[in-house]
Amino acid sequence: MSTAVAQALPLPHSEPSFYDQSKRQGILAWLLTTDHKRIAILYLISLVTFFLVGMTLGVFMRLEQLTMGPTIMKPTTYNALFTLHGVIMIFLFVIPGLPAVFGNFCLPLMIGAKDVAFPRLNLLSWYLFMAGAAIAITSLFTGGGPPDTGWSFYVPYSVTTSTNVTLAVLGAFVIGFSSILTGLNFITTIHRMRAKGMNWMRMPLFPWALYATAWVQVLATPILGITLLLIILERLFHLGIFDPAIGGDPILYQHLFWTYSHPAVYIMIIPAMGAISEIIPTFAHRTIFGYRMIVYSSMAIAGVGSLVWAHHMFTSGMADTAVIVFSLLTFLVAIPSAIKVFNWVATLYKGSVELRPPMLFALAFIFLFSIGGLTGLFQGALAVNVHLHDTYFIVGHFHYVMFGGTGFAFFAALHYWYPKMFGRMYKERTAIVAWAHIFVGFNLLYFTFLVMGVQGMPRRYYDHLPRFHTGHQIATVGSWIMVAGLLMMVINLVRGLFRKTTVPANPWGGVTLEWTVPSPPPVENFEVLPTITEPPYTFNPPAKEQA
Amino acid sequence: MDASAEGQVTHAEHRDYAGAKLGMWIFVFTELVLFGGLFIAYSVYREMHPHDFHHASGELNVTLGVINTLVLLTSSLTMVLSIVAIRLRRKGQSMLFLGSTMLLGCIFLVNKFFEWRAKFHHGLYPGSEHLMARPPGERLFFGLYFGMTGLHGLHVTVGVTVMAFMMALLRKDRIRHDDFIKLENTGLYWHLVDVIWIFLLPLFYLAA
Repeated sequence: MSTAVAQALPLPHSEPSFYDQSKRQGILAWLLTTDHKRIAILYLISLVTFFLVGMTLGVFMRLEQLTMGPTIMKPTTYNALFTLHGVIMIFLFVIPGLPAVFGNFCLPLMIGAKDVAFPRLNLLSWYLFMAGAAIAITSLFTGGGPPDTGWSFYVPYSVTTSTNVTLAVLGAFVIGFSSILTGLNFITTIHRMRAKGMNWMRMPLFPWALYATAWVQVLATPILGITLLLIILERLFHLGIFDPAIGGDPILYQHLFWTYSHPAVYIMIIPAMGAISEIIPTFAHRTIFGYRMIVYSSMAIAGVGSLVWAHHMFTSGMADTAVIVFSLLTFLVAIPSAIKVFNWVATLYKGSVELRPPMLFALAFIFLFSIGGLTGLFQGALAVNVHLHDTYFIVGHFHYVMFGGTGFAFFAALHYWYPKMFGRMYKERTAIVAWAHIFVGFNLLYFTFLVMGVQGMPRRYYDHLPRFHTGHQIATVGSWIMVAGLLMMVINLVRGLFRKTTVPANPWGGVTLEWTVPSPPPVENFEVLPTITEPPYTFNPPAKEQA
Repeated sequence: MDASAEGQVTHAEHRDYAGAKLGMWIFVFTELVLFGGLFIAYSVYREMHPHDFHHASGELNVTLGVINTLVLLTSSLTMVLSIVAIRLRRKGQSMLFLGSTMLLGCIFLVNKFFEWRAKFHHGLYPGSEHLMARPPGERLFFGLYFGMTGLHGLHVTVGVTVMAFMMALLRKDRIRHDDFIKLENTGLYWHLVDVIWIFLLPLFYLAA
């Protein structure tokens, strides 16, 4: 798989790139590499594969909902499908997502370093990630069959079900460990390896976002670790900590689970926001509006976002006082996110906006993320929450944030840094057509979810009532349009690797450090480590020293 | 922050002590948070069942608990001495102290084994009929006891294993007076294991 990438890129430059230089030959040059750029590409291949698998499962679910009654599968299969779709998309695509791929590739380049602080640990992270994925996949075909608990593994069902929850949870545990190591690596890298003169307020916004994310990864993921470990112990040894029959409290599980899993949505979205903050100024050809506020809001989201978890539990029966406090905190966390949206929009004002593929994905991100964020506020309101809880509204909301937000930002970043990563260019026209399909299909699919949710369609149901039939049909047609767009996008990007034309160091006119080195970069990134003398996003004088 | 000095060298030679220590400290934090989840569970259930916890705690062997505490505290001392010795270029001494640390770690585990075995003999283990006949708070107490000391014991095992690797590195002069960060980070980890035990002792053994 990875060698195909290497073969697709035969020596485009006189200067050897990181594809050409390695101590080892063939596949081992990839599997034993400690180069952050190669590891990023390993992650990219893994993540895109998992995304396509998760997408396929989603398509099957939509097909099942095309008609009333059984369509293509049994109810138990449907339960397994939404669990797998959730586990794969969340743990194997969205959470590692931007940090693993673009963080690994771009962080050292953007802060003017030769690699991350712990290159071997970085490779270990990828192996742990793959091992966790392998364990999770094994759980599908062994033991009592694929887990059917939903991705949140709620007790007591997850402790009593005969399906293979233990192995799936172990997989998630190992993946969490990989996430911790990546976060630890990035924090150390940012503290210790910034180029000379790059003080904190001269650091670009994507590294800033990675920094905020890394802290959440490091501080929240262990909670998930212990929670998942406890599920395993409960299943194997019946400790009773979550089992009401023994004296435990299932609500405690929900608290512990969301203490990680709500911050985890910020692990998913903050780096996405960081990537958007890079793309918007480049294609508006104008410095970012409110750099400091974007930095502070990243840190604020990381901080406040760690204190809102119980808004997933308003209907669980916890204390009313706690419910009110968590509702307030939930509203507060919307403020820093809104600050960013306003800053991006303000950056466009009087900029000379160029609508190329990365920019289109970025603009779609702002639109979709705003819908996702605002629908989140509905659920933060206590009375409304009781009505919307466990409906398609929730499903619509988090797809707007996770997919419309992080997913679109991932695609934006992929189209933005693609020429840097591969030294090639995809067909821009095809990319735009694909973008349009994804955007239209996405809204058809998930906006319908929002509407059906308000009307009362419960989530995770195998079947639906006649009055939801039209809605489900619209959504399924939307999923076809979206998948057509996604496939077009992936094929376009893969075919781009085999095109003959090479790209210059700075095809978009970006001003951050990664655009000063050749595309693709050499192994050591910089011949001479840069010295930083001014804030990032200084477009005037325009695009200095294009290599 | 100055990063330029070490940035000049290539991948393989990159050496940054402060960075390596920072990374280790962050890892130590994550371990604390990992145990934090269990400490939260403990506090919640102790608040709910104070009398049951009090009663159940009386069945633990305080003497064994205190002996194990002394063993672990001493092992932290020998760990520090091992690092000091290698900094003073006394390789043999360093290996001796590291070996003592490993030995003390093993003694701790052996003690723990006998303690657990006694509990099993008395039918005090999760899911046993004997325990299920008792009030919920006591069941939870023993669930938490086995969960937390078990996870801690796992950490002791990992610590001793890592030390075995450090021993090999010391022997091959890969850890030297001017390059001892691996040993120092192992020490940090070992102290973490020690600190967690210092909290476990009063919470379980001295709660009666």
